[in-house]
Amino acid sequence: LWGRFLPTQFLRPHPAAAGSGPVGLGGGRAYAPPAERKRFYQNVSISQGEGGFEINLDHRKLKTPQGKLFTAPSEALAIAVATEWDSQKDTIKFYTMHLTTLCNTALDNPTQRNKTQLIRAAVKFLDTDTICYRVEEPPALAELQKNEWDPVVAWAEKRYNVAIGSSTSILGPTIPASTKQTFISHLASYNMWALQGIEYVITQLKSLILSLGLIDRHLTVEKAVLLSRLEEEYQIRRWGNVEWAHDYDLCELRARTAAGTLFVHLCSESSTVKHKLLQD
Amino acid sequence: MAALGSPLRTLRGLLRELRHTSGWAGRPYRDTPAYRHIIAAFRSNQVTSEKLCRAQQELHFQAATYLCLLRSVREHAALHQEYHGKGERSPEEVAGLVGFRLPQQPGGKG
Repeated sequence: LWGRFLPTQFLRPHPAAAGSGPVGLGGGRAYAPPAERKRFYQNVSISQGEGGFEINLDHRKLKTPQGKLFTAPSEALAIAVATEWDSQKDTIKFYTMHLTTLCNTALDNPTQRNKTQLIRAAVKFLDTDTICYRVEEPPALAELQKNEWDPVVAWAEKRYNVAIGSSTSILGPTIPASTKQTFISHLASYNMWALQGIEYVITQLKSLILSLGLIDRHLTVEKAVLLSRLEEEYQIRRWGNVEWAHDYDLCELRARTAAGTLFVHLCSESSTVKHKLLQD
Repeated sequence: MAALGSPLRTLRGLLRELRHTSGWAGRPYRDTPAYRHIIAAFRSNQVTSEKLCRAQQELHFQAATYLCLLRSVREHAALHQEYHGKGERSPEEVAGLVGFRLPQQPGGKG
């Protein structure tokens, strides 16, 4: 939902320049913020301020949709955001700027959730985790799910020392409370920015386990997306590929997942330490 | 550990993507902060095919993830342009599709 919010007021108010559809005569549409607006800056650069790294569009400082000064906690993240702005050609395509959107969400927190609520939302996905929720028919798909998803579940069970399992029941898998608690504690070790990223990836992939596989660098983005879309890939192989739908969705999911994963890693400097502690 | 392939291949892919994305302001892609950052990071870690160093693996994973991001965004934008780029029809065009014309209201809508 937040990702669709289009930032039109990030520098100074431009109510007239929005270029929305006709109002009144022959129209009567409600104001719709434009999905694109013209590129109005020449140079993009970053600078270090008090709150973090800032993005400069020519001489103007980038702001969030709610008007706050845009700051990124790490230089690498700021550079990546600056690159997003710099790669816009004649028009600014906000729907391609995933890292900017993630930063805006972290800075503005429009859903006003605290850490506990974010973690709860993330762990809730486990009850209907894609890779635990299996079919029985067709047998070829059931077999594919077993071969592709079982190893990942096994990896997670071993890595976090929990029981997860899978189920073909319509109610989904039954996850023990101790398992959920382990994941809650694990996620609590991430800071707020990283958590926003983690929850984002989980929402995209519809799987907590696949997201953890990504965060722990056990899976590549391409592999995680493939596993998330396993049934779609099966149907595509069976019935054929439709470029304007299948490839479109695939590229978008890859882009969002890659952005979320990169965001988490760039926002959690202490991830290396965590790795070592958990591995034992 | 994720199967990442050769770091050199990832680096080459990244540079290729950067070449695609920059160039609007006329600046060569070698002049961008992203290019400098990536080259510096690869150089300082001297990413080789050694599997032992954790920092190297982490960097390579980050680089591969960023490459996936750049590539997917570019492909997605291209698909969007090709299939969904025409935007909505205006009310006049929609009416015209079925042979109607919208009424003229010189005084504005009541």
